[in-house]
Amino acid sequence: MAHKQSLDAVVFAGAGQEVGKSCVVVTINGKRIMFDCGMHMAYNDHRQYPDFSRISKSCDFNNAIDCIVITHFHLDHIGALPYFTEICGYNGPIYMTYPTRALAPIMLEDYRKVLVDRRGEVEQFTSDHIAECMKKVIAVDLKQTVQVDKDLQIRAYYAGHVLGAAMFYAKVGDSAMVYTGDYNMTPDRHLGAARIDRLQLDLLITENGSFGFWIKVLYDYASSYGPKANEPRENLFPEAKTGSLGSSFKRSTYATTVRDSKYAREREFLKAVHKCVAGGGKVLIPAFALGRAQELCILLDDYWERMNLRVPIYFSAGLTIQANMYYKMLISWTSQKVKETYNAFDFKNVHNFDRSLIDAPGPCVLFATPGMLTGGFSLEVFKHWAPSEMNLITLPGYCLAGTIGNKLMSGNPTIELEGTKIDVRCQIHQLAFSPHTDGKGIMDLVKFLSPQHVILVHGEKPKMATLKERIQSELGIKCCDPANNESVCIPSTHYVKAGASDAFIRSCLNPNFQFLKSGSEEKSVSGSKCTEGTLPLWIKDERVAEGILVLEKSEKAKVVHQDELLLMLGEKRHEVQFAYCCPVNVDELEKFTTTSLTPTARMLRDPNKSSLIRLLVAKLSRKLSEGNIQDFGEHLQVESFHLSVCLKDTCPYRITNGLEDKPRTAFFCCTWSAADDKLARKIISAMENRDLVET
Amino acid sequence: MSVLRCKRQAIYVVTHRISENKNPQPFGSPESFKIRNRSGRSDLKQPDRFSLQLRKDGAEKYVNAKVEIPKSEINKRRLKRPNPRRQPAALGPRLSSFSRTGAAFIDRQPRQLPFFQPLLCLAWAKYQFYKSHTPCGSTCLCQGGGFNFPPCHILNVSGFHVLFDCPLDLSALTVFSPLPNDFYKAICKENSDSQNRQKVEKPLDANDLIFAEPWYKTVNNLHLWNVSFIDVVLISSPMGMLGLPFLTRMEGFSAKIYITEAAARIGQLMMEELICMNMEYRQFYGAEESSGPQWMKWEELELLPSALRKIALGEDGSELGGWMPLYSAAHVKDCISKVQTLRFGEEACYNGILIIKAFSSGLDIGACNWIISGAKGNIAYISGSNFASGHAMDFDYRAIQGSDLILYSDLSSLDSTEDIDQSSFSDDNNNWEELMNSLSNYDESVEEMEKLAFICSCAIDSVKAGGSVLIPINRVGVFLQLLEQIAIFMECSSLKIPIYIISSVAEELLAYTNTIPEWLCKQRQEKLFSGDPLFAHVKLIKEKKIHVFPAVHSPKLLMNWQEPCIVFSPHWSLRLGPTIHLLRRWSGDHNSLLVLENEVDAELAVLPFKPISMKVLQCSFLSGKKYSYPSFSFVCLFYCNSLFFCRLQKVQPLLKILQPKLVLFPEEWRTHVSFSDVTSFSVSHYSENETIHIPSLKESAELEIAADIASKFQWRMLKQKKLNITRLKGRLFVNHGKHQLLPENEPGGSSQTRPFLHWGSPDPENLLAELSKMGINGSVERCMTDAESEDGFTVKVQDPEKSMIEVRAAVTVISAADKNLASRIVKAMENILEGI
Repeated sequence: MAHKQSLDAVVFAGAGQEVGKSCVVVTINGKRIMFDCGMHMAYNDHRQYPDFSRISKSCDFNNAIDCIVITHFHLDHIGALPYFTEICGYNGPIYMTYPTRALAPIMLEDYRKVLVDRRGEVEQFTSDHIAECMKKVIAVDLKQTVQVDKDLQIRAYYAGHVLGAAMFYAKVGDSAMVYTGDYNMTPDRHLGAARIDRLQLDLLITENGSFGFWIKVLYDYASSYGPKANEPRENLFPEAKTGSLGSSFKRSTYATTVRDSKYAREREFLKAVHKCVAGGGKVLIPAFALGRAQELCILLDDYWERMNLRVPIYFSAGLTIQANMYYKMLISWTSQKVKETYNAFDFKNVHNFDRSLIDAPGPCVLFATPGMLTGGFSLEVFKHWAPSEMNLITLPGYCLAGTIGNKLMSGNPTIELEGTKIDVRCQIHQLAFSPHTDGKGIMDLVKFLSPQHVILVHGEKPKMATLKERIQSELGIKCCDPANNESVCIPSTHYVKAGASDAFIRSCLNPNFQFLKSGSEEKSVSGSKCTEGTLPLWIKDERVAEGILVLEKSEKAKVVHQDELLLMLGEKRHEVQFAYCCPVNVDELEKFTTTSLTPTARMLRDPNKSSLIRLLVAKLSRKLSEGNIQDFGEHLQVESFHLSVCLKDTCPYRITNGLEDKPRTAFFCCTWSAADDKLARKIISAMENRDLVET
Repeated sequence: MSVLRCKRQAIYVVTHRISENKNPQPFGSPESFKIRNRSGRSDLKQPDRFSLQLRKDGAEKYVNAKVEIPKSEINKRRLKRPNPRRQPAALGPRLSSFSRTGAAFIDRQPRQLPFFQPLLCLAWAKYQFYKSHTPCGSTCLCQGGGFNFPPCHILNVSGFHVLFDCPLDLSALTVFSPLPNDFYKAICKENSDSQNRQKVEKPLDANDLIFAEPWYKTVNNLHLWNVSFIDVVLISSPMGMLGLPFLTRMEGFSAKIYITEAAARIGQLMMEELICMNMEYRQFYGAEESSGPQWMKWEELELLPSALRKIALGEDGSELGGWMPLYSAAHVKDCISKVQTLRFGEEACYNGILIIKAFSSGLDIGACNWIISGAKGNIAYISGSNFASGHAMDFDYRAIQGSDLILYSDLSSLDSTEDIDQSSFSDDNNNWEELMNSLSNYDESVEEMEKLAFICSCAIDSVKAGGSVLIPINRVGVFLQLLEQIAIFMECSSLKIPIYIISSVAEELLAYTNTIPEWLCKQRQEKLFSGDPLFAHVKLIKEKKIHVFPAVHSPKLLMNWQEPCIVFSPHWSLRLGPTIHLLRRWSGDHNSLLVLENEVDAELAVLPFKPISMKVLQCSFLSGKKYSYPSFSFVCLFYCNSLFFCRLQKVQPLLKILQPKLVLFPEEWRTHVSFSDVTSFSVSHYSENETIHIPSLKESAELEIAADIASKFQWRMLKQKKLNITRLKGRLFVNHGKHQLLPENEPGGSSQTRPFLHWGSPDPENLLAELSKMGINGSVERCMTDAESEDGFTVKVQDPEKSMIEVRAAVTVISAADKNLASRIVKAMENILEGI
């Protein structure tokens, strides 16, 4: 019935050692899902893409993979997708959220253009490829449960990070897993924090922290700037191979207390901008089209409203305005605060920028791509504005070595650009970046989900090792950080399915009260207050499901209540009981009881039943640790053990010989069912004054 | 499980039940499958007939009088009551011809329309048919009437009562007079009323209408329920939400409400608008009298013309209790705060037992069908659905596939007077592809576009002739499409006519609808992907082709106003909102055009605006129902009719794909959709106010047993029955609609492996044989002492120790002093008995 099933995860790319591409293929109970299909920005040869041949030797990807799931639109998560669908020929379903579906083509097209138009490289895929690839995409909503096929179910959860970023839940049969992609556990200005249900998971694959952030840096850089066609790109990314990219950047602005410092940084930024425009200067904000620009723009537009400023804010290329259009339509994917105002991306003070406005007099604020002044329009504007002291240029908190941004940050007064020297006199403001998920965020998520296993991907090696250690020691969850192309196999949850009868389910839900005297075992719990005599009663209601699983030929297994089984069989129950008429020396009994009453002795030949029972109860309750002794006056009961005073001269159950003649002997007739045999024997030996330990 | 639908005579029925049965169970005994919720709440739910919301004296009198009717009388009445459905012509307003094609013409009688102008109403027969007897008349838990008044059901699933939709019958607003434009007239009317009005049947005129602040007609039968017994409320469209604040403000209401995010937002805007429009009346008529409105007094109601009385009281007079003064903005806010919004396909888990999911129905933005699944099967609730629409996401019928039970609630969208052609459909036609194709055979969105185009061309003709066009806003999706289409038409004919939208919530609504790509049809989603606005109105507003104003008196509007123009404004009942003022202005202009939906009784709706020279175009955007504009639509009519016909044909292929076990259909569709030759599923028909008991869908609930438990199974083969059995022990978890058996916390405590359940009858010889195998010797003694045990016997054991085994029919008593001996004897017993 229960055949062996498992969960296999192969990290194709983006494992601990490597920068810049994510691709994990997981096989759950025979269903194969590819999470993300990212590209590596540092290479321009085959290493750019994940090694797809490992998925299927015959390159029959349609049969090898059941579906592809893309978490968000960044190139390290989607870059290889057009290549995989159009050139490798994958035709199966691809799932991504609506915003990702809308914004991914922009990212891909932009990247393609950079490659081909600016660098003159041979393109890996064409515009048509992107369009064709996108046609295969099925857009999903958050929390929408999508039935990929009969057995495979996927669902997206909000991940923050960028617009439309999602964590994906996948379930096949009884096994379930979550792949997080990149996520933010703290909200930023326009996106909320990651949200997920408490799920029963076998496996959680999580990206590992701020590393994702450095990759974004890479993007902004590589998508607009890069080596000349024949220059090996590895040279530009020496860190890429060593996995220490993060450390090569200045991390001076990194904040540990995220919130406070974030607001402080924002205030600082606004103050700098305000001061500049108040003095009649121009502000240049080089930024990437998607995400960062919108966040800053919300900030500025809001500030403009509050301060009643009339200075125009411009967006440079069509792309950014276009991007705003997307943000407007996808407002429900932003944070709650932004959502409440319908026109958050309907910036009142924002206008399109025209080239002729570069040298127009008067103050203004301009958003221009690309972000690191690596070329294009932002560089062009920079050339015009940099020589004036009144102007301000805000730079991202990091700039790759060799870029203009980096040179500016290091305080170079003159920049040489294409042979001409530019005298930089303008002010420079360095914008800090808010970090992505940090160690705490990941720990929180892992703790919240409490999966059976965790796999860490996409992170710096030392950090991953620490985190792995923490997850294992603090949370007691198995954790691993496989290297590229290493396969991890995890046993999957499996349930045996059976039909359950109503009587069975009803019986399971019946209360099953147990009254325990807080005794020896629970001393620590009962505390100091409990003195002898005022022992609190412990009431336990642990409902135990007991039934019988019936397997009939060619029929589904069924769980029934035991009464139903007899009905099914057409048989009557035959009970097996024990009976024993137990002789007890009354003297012994009295000796044992502390409150020995003289009248009882006299009542020997005229035994008062209830007083005898009382004596017995007193004795038993001292000797027995378990069971709940119930005194009914005429008889006493412990579970199914039933005892009453036997007054018959010849009881059939009085088996032991030779005691009848002994004086002062009372007989107690006991019956019990086979289930309580152990307990009953204990009671009897206690009554017969045999040593309890012996039993 | 049971479904309850209430008839109009709800009161009789309930009375009858109460008198008959001391412990009435309006839902009948629930089926055997039931898991009591942990709170141990009873499942018996007794409708409290005194909870009727009849606070007004007139109404109370009325109801009390009726309650006394004895049982026999009720039956008589029921029999006598003519079935209006069968006689559409008798009840529809002047329905002179009733053609087989499904079209009917309303004869215009010149004496009634003194200024005879092209007010030509052509209505679909079904429309008459529906409206004529549910004239706003639906009671609580009712069949509903088309898009604006969806049906209302209560379903009992696993002991939980699920209410579907809580609408308002806004078409009943037509009994009220629109806001009088001069106060003096209203006063005169009020004073002269009592003397002048006599109960003489004469044609209705504008003065017959009720001059008062309008009240709103809720689902009357719902008031028969104690709201605290409702566990879950599922709202399937914005329209189905309008009555919700009445419910949520009631004491004891604690149900969980699920609505799709988009429907909740649009519904909220509609409610806010309703309050805003009603405010106009409140300001005009002043605060309400504490004794209730004058018109609700019995004497006043008696004086109403029969057509209006029917609306106010319902067919049998039971519906007066459904009228309520409108809720306040605070009630709406409170209501919205109690709502849990869902996205399409999102799983909501109620009480760990029911999984509730919404899937697009295609009827309007956010409108949905529901799937409720529990451990014992899935139930699909199909509300009015549209296979392909130009705005909302298509009807997601694939999601419903595999449901055990399908409850077809609303067939108004699958509407026809034609019986289905059975020859075209046979049971063995199981080709999946073919079925799928037959469903998407006719592109309904194309059809919808044609309808819109037709309206646009009429509008263009009107403005060309110098008239203005008034289009009351009805369905949000259609309104948005119409905006786009009209703009395109104007562009084509190079007209520069302004389009005004006058509504207090329009700005918010228009902004909102551009942010919901997830709720829209494929074509609109493509717009998102290519970076275009979802609806063209965004661009049109920017280009100043469309102007949005909150009210007719907004200064900006007055400054901008140009005629001719095209105006979209609420409300479609022609009793509320800016529409009244504009209609008054243009009613005399024969070049102007009023576009009405088929949901409205046009005759009654325009009554207070008579004499009317304006053209009236009555149309329906609901699939199947058509526009009416006889002067130029004959060709279209014919064409549409053929489309119409196939819509109903879709019901069966659809069910074939969905493969349910049981289908519940409204009774009145029995003749239209025949399932005589379908064998794959069974069909039940339901009617209003009737409880249907549904047999258990599945014999047993699905139980998931953890592998840890399964690995410890000790199977035992029962030869004579060919059964394998094993004991099972664990802890039962009911979670997310599933039953799971997980290992116990402390497995050490229960290491018992011996069987406790025995059956069979021991035979003395066998027993002795078994005993001797164990080295126990004894002798059998027939037991003579007890009369009860004929086959009883006693085994006296001497060796190794004295003990006794007493065997009777149902019990064996072993008496042995030594416990080892006892257990050996038990073992011997077990060998001759069957056990587990």
